[in-house]
Amino acid sequence: MKDMSNKRLSSVKELEELRQEILSKRDPDKPIITVCTGTACQAYGSLKIYQEFADEIRKQRLEGAVVEAKATGCHGFCEQGPVVVIFPQEICYVKVKLEDVPEVVSATLAQGQVIERLLYKNPVTGEKITKDPDIPFYKNQMRIIFGNNRYINPREIDDYIARGGYSALSRALLQMSPKEVLDEIKKSNLRGRGGGGFPTGIKWETTKNAPGEPKYVIVNCDEGDPGAYMDRSLMEGNPHSVLEGLIIGAYAIGSHEGFIYVRQEYPIAFENTIQAIKQAEECGFLGENILGSGFDFRVKVHRGAGAFVSGESSALMSAIEGKVGEPKMKYIHTAVSGIKGKPSCLNNVETWANVPHIINKGAAWFNSIGTDNSKGTKIFSLVGKVNNTGLVEVPMGMTLRQLIYDIGGGIPKGKKFKAVQTGGPSGGVIPERYIDTPIDFDELTKLGSMMGSGGTVVMDEDTCMVDTARYFISFCCEESCGKCIPCREGLRMLKEILTDICEGKGQEGDIEAIEDIAKVMQDASLCALGTTAANPALTTLKYFRNEYEAHIKDKRCPAKACKALTSYYIDPEKCTACRICFRNCPTEAIHGDKNIVHWIEQDKCIKCNTCFEVCPPRFNAVRRISGQPLPPPPAPGTKVIREKKR
Amino acid sequence: MTITFQLDGKEVKAREGMTILEAAQEAGIKIPTLCYHDKLKPYGVCRICSVEVERKGRVRIVASCGYPVEQGLVVRTRSPRIDRIRKILLELIALTAMVNGDVAGEIKKLAKEYVANIHRFESHFKTEPTRCILCGQCVRYCDEIVGKHAIGFVGRGIDRRAVFFPEKAKVCLTCRACFDLCPTGKIPSETDFVVFDGFSIDDYLAGKL
Repeated sequence: MKDMSNKRLSSVKELEELRQEILSKRDPDKPIITVCTGTACQAYGSLKIYQEFADEIRKQRLEGAVVEAKATGCHGFCEQGPVVVIFPQEICYVKVKLEDVPEVVSATLAQGQVIERLLYKNPVTGEKITKDPDIPFYKNQMRIIFGNNRYINPREIDDYIARGGYSALSRALLQMSPKEVLDEIKKSNLRGRGGGGFPTGIKWETTKNAPGEPKYVIVNCDEGDPGAYMDRSLMEGNPHSVLEGLIIGAYAIGSHEGFIYVRQEYPIAFENTIQAIKQAEECGFLGENILGSGFDFRVKVHRGAGAFVSGESSALMSAIEGKVGEPKMKYIHTAVSGIKGKPSCLNNVETWANVPHIINKGAAWFNSIGTDNSKGTKIFSLVGKVNNTGLVEVPMGMTLRQLIYDIGGGIPKGKKFKAVQTGGPSGGVIPERYIDTPIDFDELTKLGSMMGSGGTVVMDEDTCMVDTARYFISFCCEESCGKCIPCREGLRMLKEILTDICEGKGQEGDIEAIEDIAKVMQDASLCALGTTAANPALTTLKYFRNEYEAHIKDKRCPAKACKALTSYYIDPEKCTACRICFRNCPTEAIHGDKNIVHWIEQDKCIKCNTCFEVCPPRFNAVRRISGQPLPPPPAPGTKVIREKKR
Repeated sequence: MTITFQLDGKEVKAREGMTILEAAQEAGIKIPTLCYHDKLKPYGVCRICSVEVERKGRVRIVASCGYPVEQGLVVRTRSPRIDRIRKILLELIALTAMVNGDVAGEIKKLAKEYVANIHRFESHFKTEPTRCILCGQCVRYCDEIVGKHAIGFVGRGIDRRAVFFPEKAKVCLTCRACFDLCPTGKIPSETDFVVFDGFSIDDYLAGKL
């Protein structure tokens, strides 16, 4: 915001003039170094690295016209953070350290030389990759919603405008009627990205046609699924795209007041949103008579107070009203009767961010991406036992295999893929045999899971499915508001039963009890948290019933992950007394000496898995035993058996 | 405006804006409830009043205390699915409502009617029963009818509790309106007001209570 800060834009012409003015000041060939300052890279210290770049550029007298450092939002490749991209060549450096900065500035920025050691190395081929679009992680994605993150400083509206930002707003407001905007969204077949997949156009229409004024539009940024951070990265990295979508939606619906609900735990998203609103107001994208169209719209930011359940529509609206964020019965939809009983249209961050693209490129373009019933792209946070963790955006219809292997780079340490949990705590696990399922709202629902907001937790052969169910059920038990009986008492009991099973205290009848309780929760809970909370238990039971039975009947954990059912044992015939496990055991449970076979004192063992991990693969002497009697320790002083050299 | 809908196979007339529960009561069909009170706004938390509704060929389970009647709606207040929901809800709620190994009042009556085994989940239940099922009748009555706001909820999930607010609870000594409402008898039997002496919300939030 330079010379335009005191002037509200009042026509499309003025917006285009501003865009041209911003672009004319920017030399497309000027090197720009962008440092990812998304949450994950910040945790690796990328803010300091950005500062160091800015200082170093000044020190080497390259500032101003020559080069520029830019702090951007999340690029998505969190596994390789801090990520740095140098434009215009798109040279991508990964895992950049503070001490690399002077060299990057003097070699790459000043002279255009590529520093080999900082490039991403393809773990399969060993090949070094210079440009980020060539890295398989990025190459196999379709980054429509998320793609601008790498170019934009989220605190500078000029950056968004330079990338074509707010052109959809001017098009909608000045060339289309509200009805035409609504029809375009309906025709696009956009479905809600927050979890349910409800058709967005129909929701908008319901609010538009519902009696009562004022009408409200709301952004739901209360993302809270374990392992999910798509909305966070979008709100932090490109808040104007969400804001632009919201204003367009408000125009279509006939709303003049909006809210952005940002959860307490997202301070950067909160700050960037506030800044974006301020700048949008200054430019005339918010407030009275937006772009000279006669349309008025204002938006407020509401900060959550740390409750997962507040992401549920009626709870979120109660919270905005200033009440406790608890769900209410909503046999009349919130789209008809929401905030203060007025029609209120709530959409997820990603849903709103899709809107400007649909207005700019048209419903037909949007329909060309995806499957029959799920159009467009979806952002997933790919986490868990997968090589390339991070945020990925893919067209609907991509298979789970492509997501996990082509983009995610497969399972670390050569382990076997076991299952993937989609849809967060409301979703379910999908086993290996369905790995070629296309990602689509309806396909995932058919398998007993759901698309959800996009959390994708990959699990390998060492993951116990009963323990996984216990984890997600415990999460929901913590986060349930406790208002209705099926959710509160059902989750309490499911958590107790699953914990008992994991601890080897499972009884006959437990599986039936889980199924009975889960069914009642699905049927009778007050809100969607309760009706979906049992899904992790139901899907693990559906696909891994044998694991439940092994825990209950044989007191055996097939994945050897449940501590109470697993023991550690050193094979006396394989132990070479290398002392590594002995030195690493945190409880001094391992005994032995030089040339004397080691053994584990079971009473002292806390089953931390350290000895198993540190035992060199060439010896492979530490074994995990579950469901079988433990062999006795070797006789005191047993000598190591060494193979004779031939 | 009068609405005609089907209730347990019979054509029933009701006024627009009525809930299924109200219409059923007028038609003489009993639907069990634990959190419902005719003077209070529907709250929909006990879910014992769940019924099956069929609309445009789609069957759903809804809480009859909150679902408004609609023209042409088909409602079933009893079915194998509904009976099973009520049975398991009773088996679950019995755990917190339990006093000396048994439940009382409406819960006991319903447990018998729906053949609920109130001891079914006992072996997994590791918490001391609170004797409160959090139906919220006391809280809502105090808010909506008495207007004193002397009782409220604190905590979340399984830590949720209905508590008296000490700075306001003086009126309770003379009011006692909620005593007769409590479906498990916790309030009349335990409320000697000594319990609440010196209690503060801060103590609760700090985990001291």
